[in-house]
Amino acid sequence: MVTGKAGTALPPVIADWFAEKGWAPRRHQLEMLAAARAGRNALLVAPTGAGKTLAGFLPTLVELTEAFTPSVRPEPVEGLSSPSSAEKKGKAGLRQAQPERNGGNGFEGLHTLYVSPLKALAIDIRRNLLAPIEEMGLPITVEARTGDTPSDRKARQRVRPPHILLTTPESLSLLLSHEGSAILFANLSTIVVDEVHAFAAGKRGDLLSLAMARLQKLSPGLRRVALSATVADPEAYQGWLAPDADIETVDVVRGDPGAKADIQIMLPADERIPWSGHSGRWATAQVMKEVEAHKTSLIFCNTRSLAELIFQDLWTVNERNLPIGIHHGSLSVEARRKVENAVADGRLRALVCTASLDLGVDWGDVDLVIQMGAPKGSSRLTQRIGRSNHRMDEPSEALIVPGNRFEYLEARAALDAIDTGELDPELFRPGALDVLAQHIMGLACAAPFVEEEMLAEVRSAAPYAGLSAQLFAQVLAYIESGGYALRAYDKFKRLTKGPDGLWRVSHPRFIQQHRMNAGIIVDAPLLDVKFRNGRKLGTVEDYFASTLSTGDTFYFSGLVLEVEKIDGTDLFVRATSKSARIPTYVGARMAMTTNLADRVRHFLFERDQWPRFPDDVQYWLRVQERRSTLPAPDQLLVETFPHEGRHYMVIYSFEGWNAHQSLGMLITRRMETMGLKPLGFVSNDYALACYGLEPITDPAALLSSDILEHEFVEWVQGSNLLKRAFREVAVIGGLVERHHPGRKKSGKQVTFSTDLIYDVLRRYEPDHLLLRAAWEDARQRMTDVGRLARLLDRAADTMLHVALERVSPMAVPVLVIIGRERVATGTADDALLIEAESLAAEAMRLD
Amino acid sequence: MVPFSFAGHELMALPQGALYWPHRRALLVADLHLEKASWFARLGQMLPPYDSIATLSDLTVLQEATGAAEIWCLGDSFHDKFGCDRLPPRARNMLTALTARTRWTWITGNHDPGFADHCGGTIVEEAGVDGLLLRHEAQPGETRPELSGHFHPKLRLNVRGRKVSRRCFIATGSKIILPAFGSLTGGLDVTHPEIIRAIGGRAEALVPVSDRLLRFPVAA
Repeated sequence: MVTGKAGTALPPVIADWFAEKGWAPRRHQLEMLAAARAGRNALLVAPTGAGKTLAGFLPTLVELTEAFTPSVRPEPVEGLSSPSSAEKKGKAGLRQAQPERNGGNGFEGLHTLYVSPLKALAIDIRRNLLAPIEEMGLPITVEARTGDTPSDRKARQRVRPPHILLTTPESLSLLLSHEGSAILFANLSTIVVDEVHAFAAGKRGDLLSLAMARLQKLSPGLRRVALSATVADPEAYQGWLAPDADIETVDVVRGDPGAKADIQIMLPADERIPWSGHSGRWATAQVMKEVEAHKTSLIFCNTRSLAELIFQDLWTVNERNLPIGIHHGSLSVEARRKVENAVADGRLRALVCTASLDLGVDWGDVDLVIQMGAPKGSSRLTQRIGRSNHRMDEPSEALIVPGNRFEYLEARAALDAIDTGELDPELFRPGALDVLAQHIMGLACAAPFVEEEMLAEVRSAAPYAGLSAQLFAQVLAYIESGGYALRAYDKFKRLTKGPDGLWRVSHPRFIQQHRMNAGIIVDAPLLDVKFRNGRKLGTVEDYFASTLSTGDTFYFSGLVLEVEKIDGTDLFVRATSKSARIPTYVGARMAMTTNLADRVRHFLFERDQWPRFPDDVQYWLRVQERRSTLPAPDQLLVETFPHEGRHYMVIYSFEGWNAHQSLGMLITRRMETMGLKPLGFVSNDYALACYGLEPITDPAALLSSDILEHEFVEWVQGSNLLKRAFREVAVIGGLVERHHPGRKKSGKQVTFSTDLIYDVLRRYEPDHLLLRAAWEDARQRMTDVGRLARLLDRAADTMLHVALERVSPMAVPVLVIIGRERVATGTADDALLIEAESLAAEAMRLD
Repeated sequence: MVPFSFAGHELMALPQGALYWPHRRALLVADLHLEKASWFARLGQMLPPYDSIATLSDLTVLQEATGAAEIWCLGDSFHDKFGCDRLPPRARNMLTALTARTRWTWITGNHDPGFADHCGGTIVEEAGVDGLLLRHEAQPGETRPELSGHFHPKLRLNVRGRKVSRRCFIATGSKIILPAFGSLTGGLDVTHPEIIRAIGGRAEALVPVSDRLLRFPVAA
């Protein structure tokens, strides 16, 4: 037996395996084992490539090995038949981990659950875990369970589970909706949550947190473990992971930092960074040279549209015909697996990709990561760079290609942030009510429950710690029969409270229905992109498809496709060589994080930083200083000037595109009421420009914080944001059934739109639980209202208004952006229809 | 309201999705789908139980505004044949008041054949009124002028990057298909093959906006 610090001794079979490989267990791997021996929950924070997965599983392998080895650490015999005999000593910190043993004859039942945000990851981990288990000759069984697992295997897993089950938050949640879950999880020793930084703060994190609360109840001795990339605030994750949000029960284990990455900012060969653009398309030829000079390059783009565009650009300069692939979330699973495998086997020289590769399977041979456009956040950039060169001791190589001068500053800011180890802040918020409704319905499917006990259980999940009894009762009423003031559905109840005080599902068909519709990811309505022969290439959003007609062409999956016909949910295409346009995707845009924004503000003001920038960036700032001014970091610069017959106001607020778009909507509304005749606005991550027919002499009146009380509510209610949010909460909350792909609409309309439901509900019950949930989503995710409020607060005290006679240098990047928003008046749709009619009349005129 | 002529009659398409016939002081509406929400609620989808109330209050407002003396419902007035039994009291009162003060005719559709009417009005399968045929579903071979519902036509357009979607009428020289009037009834794109087949030949989508009637050619 290898001995180390207390509690870190490895059983001989595992120690021998390390030795045969010529490896030594890493410090953090042994610390994770020590935490397990002490019965403590644990959060491992370590960079990519640090052997996190093995660190997560090592305690499980050790415990199971010991259970199969009679001489080691004898423990009292406990049979599987008495599941409740697992220790129930309360707080995890004082607990002794005691897996179920058969006196050395092994362990029966489920020992460890591994939860990953990605199906593919769960499956890949299985492969990676099986190798050492086989090499050690351990009789440990490992299986994956995801949405793709055949139903007969799923049924068998519920009765005869493996020792280690690898799954996703959604599949775990479904498992908990089965009657047998109480027995299945009774002896669960450990849950390991992988890539926790990627999803804990969102709705899937809410769901998993609730699932852990249930597992803890079924198996009070459960130990919780999470594996995270480097995060700014480990305490926030400790809180999320811990039962009752008690961070004292969670040990934080830190991995060693890897070698510092070698990151460069790519500059144009002629030393001029473009004024405008945000894609870095200018760099195509230079990027191709880098691809030629490296073994395998990953080229990250911030949007799917951009990935298609960059792929096309690269292809036109790919004179040596190097194999290059494309990967994004709208491509079919098969297409993605194909290029993933090609990278793994070293058959691709470059892969153009998006956030779809932020998580996932590790590849050894990537030796360059290129970030096209601004990085938007230092943590994200770090993780992307970590995708290359998975050896801790060698530096990863990376390039950032800024799209314009502000993006250069942002890239510089990101590098400085990485240098000083500064990471993006994470935003945890209270748990979502639609998720809670789904979870409780799931648990009701498993067994009847007592309201007070359920509330206590739910509150032990950190995101719901502050849930009031009254709100909980509303959630129950909602599940029961919609939660409406008009009690029209009392005879259709899904859930009923019996005379015994127990809540139970009223009919088995509701159980079936729940299982068909549970899940957290709600896609925008999608159309399948297919060839005539049925081969599916991927999906485009309904919104984009509705702009296409037969004969139109678009870039997709790296091909140019021509629309043959649109049939229900199928978009039939053929390959063509005509020129084409790029699909648009509605998904929320990533905004620059607050810490990078702060750094950029400092760059503007601190002249001693400027020598670090290329000459044209310096010159740009100097001219700005002469013609206008450069604001101090805490000042909000607002410029007004006439330009081409319009009057502009540019606000340099650096609060990100989402907040700026929201503010643009609000300010133009207020301009309207103030008689300033607004025409439109345009924004990027750094600034917002509004313009109209009248000069703006008093920007302070437009930026007063009461805009959030008046215009904001009115705007959000009238916009599509809330309808979009409502659609999601209605599906997650189980109000409407999910649209199952493949089930086609017949000529007679059989579905209903959640927009109509929203309209009726808002008209008759504006305080309904789901409207409240939709509002919360709209505030947090879609409008970035927190940053908006911060901006307006700053405006009140520190606004610096400069009235200019002409456009300033700093205004140029935002003014040359494509994608301006026009001011919409109340009857805007009517106006658009009238315009469309006259266009059609013009086009159809026969003279 | 801009009148247009159809088979020798003057009709008005209202932005709310109804047709007004001034000569007869008649209001025509199609596909109310009353109690659609409760039909889904029975199956576990608890849609807001206010759809009938919303639809009938809209109809009441229209009746009062136009002073209509006659109301024709062109079928699928109830989402299913037991819809009328499930009407909440408030909706039932609104409907009874309407049928009491107008000549009210229910034309049955595919959703509500043989429904039990507790609220007044006359039930017919189809009707000929002053030379116009009123029925639920357009018949492709029909030669007489015909007004129908059933398809819930909707116009979807992209104008300057914005998506605009509106309930609309669809008309040829001898046929008009009305949009659905019900508050929870979705729509079918006017270019859908089933609509094209039903309407036959060259058609126009008619979209009433506040003071105009917009016409969009629909490719057959």
